[in-house]
Amino acid sequence: MNRDNIVIEAHGLTKRFGTFTATDHITLSVCEGEIFGFLGANGAGKTTAMRMLCGLSKPTAGTARVAGYDVATEAEKVKRNIGYMSQKFSLYDDLTVAENLRLFGGIYGMKRSEVKAKTRDVLVELDMVATLNQRVAALPLGWKQKLAFSLAVFHEPKIVFLDEPTGGVDPVTRRRFWELIYRAADRGVTVFVTTHYMDEAEYCDRVSIMVDGQIRALDTPARLKETYHAASMYDVFYALARTARRGE
Amino acid sequence: MPMPFIVTCDTLAKSYRRGKVQALRGVSFEVAEGEMFGLIGPDGAGKTTAFRILATLLLPDSGSVAVDGLDVVRQYAEVRRRIGYMPGRFSLYADLTVEENLAFFAATFGTTIAENRHLIEDIYTQIEPFRERRAGKLSGGMKQKLALCCALIHAPRLLLLDEPTTGVDPVSRKEFWEMLAKLRVEYGISVIASTPYMDEAAQCDRIALMQDGAFLTTDTPRGIIGSYKQRLFRVRSGRMHALLADLNEWEGTQTAFSFGEAYHVTLAPGKDEADLRAYLVSKGHADCDVSEAKPEIEDCFMALAQTSEENEPR
Repeated sequence: MNRDNIVIEAHGLTKRFGTFTATDHITLSVCEGEIFGFLGANGAGKTTAMRMLCGLSKPTAGTARVAGYDVATEAEKVKRNIGYMSQKFSLYDDLTVAENLRLFGGIYGMKRSEVKAKTRDVLVELDMVATLNQRVAALPLGWKQKLAFSLAVFHEPKIVFLDEPTGGVDPVTRRRFWELIYRAADRGVTVFVTTHYMDEAEYCDRVSIMVDGQIRALDTPARLKETYHAASMYDVFYALARTARRGE
Repeated sequence: MPMPFIVTCDTLAKSYRRGKVQALRGVSFEVAEGEMFGLIGPDGAGKTTAFRILATLLLPDSGSVAVDGLDVVRQYAEVRRRIGYMPGRFSLYADLTVEENLAFFAATFGTTIAENRHLIEDIYTQIEPFRERRAGKLSGGMKQKLALCCALIHAPRLLLLDEPTTGVDPVSRKEFWEMLAKLRVEYGISVIASTPYMDEAAQCDRIALMQDGAFLTTDTPRGIIGSYKQRLFRVRSGRMHALLADLNEWEGTQTAFSFGEAYHVTLAPGKDEADLRAYLVSKGHADCDVSEAKPEIEDCFMALAQTSEENEPR
């Protein structure tokens, strides 16, 4: 982790839909190679905040710079420099593994030769070389998930946003997935991740917890547990999230 | 004499694609009246197939299932009155409002919202402010609450819940399980639920660990933990990512899994705690913290699932 290089920076970032303030003046900064856990209950405003940080939604107020670009005025440049993976994997079921990788490489403007070399590297890392010409639909869920992550970082973005990447997956597969996250972070990729699994919150370098559109706590898991006199991140989360006033 | 079991399932088998995929390989189990029974297993273990057969939506190839003493194939219409099924995928009518969905399900079973309102009171009051909203426009947590209301509105004897809390935050999950506990205590409703969350599995009376279409073990959470025979170590150091990589590289490691703020490690035969420490120190983890850990449900599950992963086709 490189603490001198801030790659995500938000100041008073706000999004209102009519009279409803989905994201309410959030301020945070994330540094290069950090694993940042972005927690909150359903409806706390995480997805809206994440969409703004990815350049997909314009802030109503406040500013944010991601990978050095302003999310409001340089959204296209933000998109080129980030990777994104949602719980609904962005893989095409009817394409083979190789075709999926080629498609994403093409979308991000990678050269054919580059795509070819990278495809080999990725499949070796995932131990999935034999699946090269298999249709994605036929793969086990855990493999699809690892592949979806590799696609999100295929164009070597500085930052990857993961929106509940491990939802509904069994305990072993979840842990294998986190090993990929660790490896990416160790290569200097910044990981911004949401999850409902509180053991996964412990795997993050720092964690923020959103309640009613605002960030109520932001620190390392160890210091949060200390502050809230809690044995686990589950207890920290519960103590904060149950104070929520607004419904979903 | 009252029927002691709400579900009796005898050597149930189901295959897909002309026998190429064995979803259930002769599964037998019983669920007692008022019991909370958990189905735990990786994706593809056969959980959803089991639910669909119990819900009379899929015919088994062989074997039999009785719900409240009624055969799910021959007496399917009667079985349907006694079960409430919440599928893994949101299956309500997206274009109907919250209230319309609920009224529809009530009417289908010849009842009304008013008649069984007491069953859903706690949960329905939370979504009632949005009763005019279309179900498709609800957030994930509210969809799940509405789905539970719709599954309950005809006062079933048995709830079948296929991963009801996947994608749901910890506070809502807790509320959901408190609600299930209350339904059992106050109304004697039995529950079969699957879940990827091991803290929920621990709340069941009994759980079945499923893998590859079969039950590996069926026991109380305490019994399952008690049958974990491996020595388990809790390991930490100042460099956690490197520590995991080093653990995975060592021939003395059998398994190493993240577990909250530490790793849970089991050792290969012939290796002991001293070997582990010596190895970690040799890898530059002089500050490592090794202690014996008490296994949890998740450790037991992973120990069993580990073998299945090794069997996956390459």
